[in-house]
Amino acid sequence: METAQNPRRILVAIKRVVDYNVRIRVKPDGSGVMLDGVKLSINPFDAIAIEEALRIKERGRADEVVVATIGPADCQVTLRNALSMGAQRALHVVADTVLEPLAAARVLLKLVEREQPVLVILGKQAIDDDNNQTGQMLATLWDRPQATFASKLELTDTTAKVTREVDAGLETLEVDLPAVVTTDLRLNEPRFVKLPEIMKAKTKPLTSIPLAEVGGAGTARVKVTKTEAPPGRQRGIMVKDTSELFAELHKRGLV
Amino acid sequence: MSSVLIVAEHAGGKLNASTAKCVKAATSLAGAEIVVAVFSAPGSPVAAQAAQLAGVARVLDVAHAANEHQLAATLAPQVVEVSEPFSHVFGPSTTFGKDLMPRVAALLDAPQLSDVMSIESGTRFRRPIYAGNAITTVEVAAGTKVVATIRTASFEAVASGGAAKVETITPKAALPTHTKFVNLAAAGGDRPDLQSASKVISGGRALASSDAFKLIYGLADKIGAAVGASRAAVDAGYAPNDMQVGQTGKIIAPELYIAIGISGAIQHLTGIKDARTIVAINKDAEAPIFEVADIGIVGDLFTIVPELEKLIDASRK
Repeated sequence: METAQNPRRILVAIKRVVDYNVRIRVKPDGSGVMLDGVKLSINPFDAIAIEEALRIKERGRADEVVVATIGPADCQVTLRNALSMGAQRALHVVADTVLEPLAAARVLLKLVEREQPVLVILGKQAIDDDNNQTGQMLATLWDRPQATFASKLELTDTTAKVTREVDAGLETLEVDLPAVVTTDLRLNEPRFVKLPEIMKAKTKPLTSIPLAEVGGAGTARVKVTKTEAPPGRQRGIMVKDTSELFAELHKRGLV
Repeated sequence: MSSVLIVAEHAGGKLNASTAKCVKAATSLAGAEIVVAVFSAPGSPVAAQAAQLAGVARVLDVAHAANEHQLAATLAPQVVEVSEPFSHVFGPSTTFGKDLMPRVAALLDAPQLSDVMSIESGTRFRRPIYAGNAITTVEVAAGTKVVATIRTASFEAVASGGAAKVETITPKAALPTHTKFVNLAAAGGDRPDLQSASKVISGGRALASSDAFKLIYGLADKIGAAVGASRAAVDAGYAPNDMQVGQTGKIIAPELYIAIGISGAIQHLTGIKDARTIVAINKDAEAPIFEVADIGIVGDLFTIVPELEKLIDASRK
């Protein structure tokens, strides 16, 4: 179904974050979180976004999967990981400063204008800043529909039917394409990358784009003035048997 | 002086409790005028309910047939239309607010603060990052219009008993037609919703089979608890992914959390650390879960859980 004129393209925006298994530590001076030497990975929700795009392509409903990230030079490793999962091309907006969600959405809009995707998929949130904003903001700036927290995604030629994980249960929306979808955990389980794919990914096209060329970082408006560890939990009591456990729960009015 | 617009959350003609928590958050701003906006189909009883929340000065009843279903893309231009005079625009940090508020912020070209857990002034707020493993203080310049989602677990609901004036508004903003509501399948069965339950019982890899999870369900039903699972249990196929509790699953703050056969990986502890009381049942005395548990017991879950059920039964006779 690929045509040279108008390939159906999916753009997946990803972010590199501290791996979800790392116990982060706050710097003693309150200036932030210690990031030196910690393991960095693709944001888990973004890995789900890549996987979903690949599955759509494998079902023949898209021709090309392009991954994009905004970040410092060494984010190329993260993009190579995405390419080894199966994406065809990568775009790297090189930025040494952290962009606020609205600024990131503006940069992604520039990429959208270049690539003309039918669908943009992102993780619902990055597990570092936990903002949960960028996808919705991109959809708004693009003046297109959004379907956040997706747990099921079906594409037709002109629409996407998306089941969303909302507090009340599972909500299904139908949105016109192009659209922005953000992923929730149940959407899929990302594939494991095989060694030959890692080798192949090394030669796939990866384009670096200076941040200034796609709108810049904008003016930061939210200043983080302090970062603290949350109040710690105290280790409680140990009980020796089930009767004592029950008595303790009963005493506290919990059973 | 601050003025706060709160976007009400509602469904089925009922105001969601998250709205009363947003009002509570707004009362942190001394002297602020607090206005609740209800976006609903004409004839909805929700505005009248919002008018009863203590501390609310006015309610805007923004009535439009397109508001039958609360679609972010449809609501956002209407929120923007009424938000002009306000210094702060708040919504709840629920799936409703998380979906909608960034759209509002983008239209307003305003910064959004997500998951606000305390308000120190009109320009200074605290919010968690890294799933609550760090708490940041964030500031904006004076005069900046702030869009925020309010972390509902951090604020009590305000009382009712108020009698605010309700103004009906017909929105003029052009509303998009690119998004259609298809249906809503309510969350499963009689068991409480994991995200909002006051009691949660989770099983881990030590259950060793999906069949053994029945043990967890049995105890949960006995005490009216929701059921969760560790990522290890989900990965092993013992429980579905929507039951996953932890940084990459659901982050919860129940009154009682019972971790059964869960060792306590960092990403799991991240999801439960705001629970009021944590109980751990594990055969490994060295398991990290005991470091955060208020009550711990070392032993075989397959013995302890049935014993506990029997004791609960006996206490009710």
